[in-house]
Amino acid sequence: MIKAIIIDDEPLARSIVREYIQSFSQISVMQECGDGFEGIKAIQQHKPELIFLDIQMPKINGFEMLELVEEPPAVIFTTAFDQFAIRAFESHAIDYLLKPFNKERFDKAVQKWLDHHAVSSAGPQTQSLLETAAEMPAQNSRIVVKTAGKIKIIPIDEVHYLEAADDYVKIHTRAGNFLKNKTMSYFEKVLDPSQFVRTHRSFILNVQQVTRIDPFEKDSHICILQSGAQVPVSKTGYAKLKEVLGL
Amino acid sequence: MARSPLKTGRLRLIFFAWWLVWACLQILLIMRFGFTPAVAAADSLVTNTLLAALCWFVANTLQYYLPKQERYWYILFLSLGLSSLLLLISRWILPPLIGDRQGYSLFFSRSWPVRFDLVFLQIGCMSILSVLWYSAGEEQDNQRRKSDAEKLAREAELYKLRQQLHPHFLFNSLNSISALVGSQPEQARSMIQQLSDFLRGTLKKEDQQWVNLAEELQYLQLYLEIEKVRFGHRLSTEVTCEGISESMKLPPMLLQPIVENAIKFGLYDTTDAVTISIRTWMEDGNLLIAVQNPFDPETSKPKQGTGFGLSSVQRRLYLLFARNDLLGTVVDNDLFTIVLKIPQV
Repeated sequence: MIKAIIIDDEPLARSIVREYIQSFSQISVMQECGDGFEGIKAIQQHKPELIFLDIQMPKINGFEMLELVEEPPAVIFTTAFDQFAIRAFESHAIDYLLKPFNKERFDKAVQKWLDHHAVSSAGPQTQSLLETAAEMPAQNSRIVVKTAGKIKIIPIDEVHYLEAADDYVKIHTRAGNFLKNKTMSYFEKVLDPSQFVRTHRSFILNVQQVTRIDPFEKDSHICILQSGAQVPVSKTGYAKLKEVLGL
Repeated sequence: MARSPLKTGRLRLIFFAWWLVWACLQILLIMRFGFTPAVAAADSLVTNTLLAALCWFVANTLQYYLPKQERYWYILFLSLGLSSLLLLISRWILPPLIGDRQGYSLFFSRSWPVRFDLVFLQIGCMSILSVLWYSAGEEQDNQRRKSDAEKLAREAELYKLRQQLHPHFLFNSLNSISALVGSQPEQARSMIQQLSDFLRGTLKKEDQQWVNLAEELQYLQLYLEIEKVRFGHRLSTEVTCEGISESMKLPPMLLQPIVENAIKFGLYDTTDAVTISIRTWMEDGNLLIAVQNPFDPETSKPKQGTGFGLSSVQRRLYLLFARNDLLGTVVDNDLFTIVLKIPQV
């Protein structure tokens, strides 16, 4: 038996997937979820092989939810209209269903997955999709992290600075520090360059938080933030910082 | 193209009166040189009739041909040419007509520089007046064209703003209908009806025609019903109107984008059930409408989250009233309120 989960914030949108999937007797729907938080819990609990996932959902969208799942299952995306998401799917050759979709289209997508899922895993493809999706406008304004089993949404303005920490990036905010399983270069690419500057190999800072820049040793500086934190600034980082601050 | 000044009755009269005065003056002037009234009259009539004909000609010619550049040189040479022509013709006519009575031939040949000056002055004045007249006409035409074009552009912009229904709403509604068809065909049918009425409403409305508040609220209800079917128990609405009357009016399709924004904001910023409340009242002769939705102050700043909905409303209000202070927002804990002010005219 193949386990599946449906995640969509509109009840009727979930019911149509459930209705269509009945003709696949080998797939059973374990749970239906109305938002990404429920979705994460359900995935941890049931370990499904396949999920049907809507993009636009309350609080966190479908992509952000996937980021927070440790080993994401195969996904068939469903969306009504989201040019950005559709571009991301197209560029990664990922199948998706455009609402409203008919039974034939649905069957084709599921059948295609059934034919392939035995031979290949969806992992790498999903990972590269998420990298692209991180540039979505909605995601530019927040960072979603998981801390002690809870999900925390950090508005981008509340981030003080980011620090490299082995395989993780430590996000420093007023409310404390959070770890996210990403690289510094990922954040450098995704965050708005007029607000976030990589001042050092291991540091990216929010220029809105800067109160003072002091010289420090030869060729390097140190930035004092409003929170009192001190962030090192390398020689090239100083040049970048000066440019963004218009000095 | 501007009409010739001499096609207007009043100006024609002035032209004729001027001619008459000038002709009489010339008669008196010539009589002062000792000529009989008959000789003076003949001289004056011939000269001034020719002059009037040439002035008429100038006024009409400039209607068809007015150089864009060097127009003052053109006027100068035209006047010089026509004045010389007039002198030649009168020389042809007058001395043979009058003969050498009282030394008229001598008088004519001695007086021609003065005659030329006077004629040149008159034709020149006429040309300049005509040029000014036509330039003003052209300017008026340009102004009218420009304001017509601006009006068209404004209407087109308003039309576009009214048309910006979120495709997201449309496709999701269709998807809900598709789901209902299987399980609750009756409900599917009623939702198709609501969606059609709603769409028809957006298409038929024009900006010039303000609608009654009651009508607009009814129309909004259609939209809310559709959204309630989509989001199920998560969405509820509250509409309160204080002393609603026939005279309360507002531009069409102004409220819907605000409510759409509130629903989107409310539903996508929390995972709980959401109540959208709409309140209308009168204050200082303005119709006020407040739309309220909950949001999560932890994760979003309402200022940024206005999205398309509000900026288009702001733009429309500006185009309609040339004011930027008609849309206000209030943030109170986890409630976000938009207050819309519609001056009643």
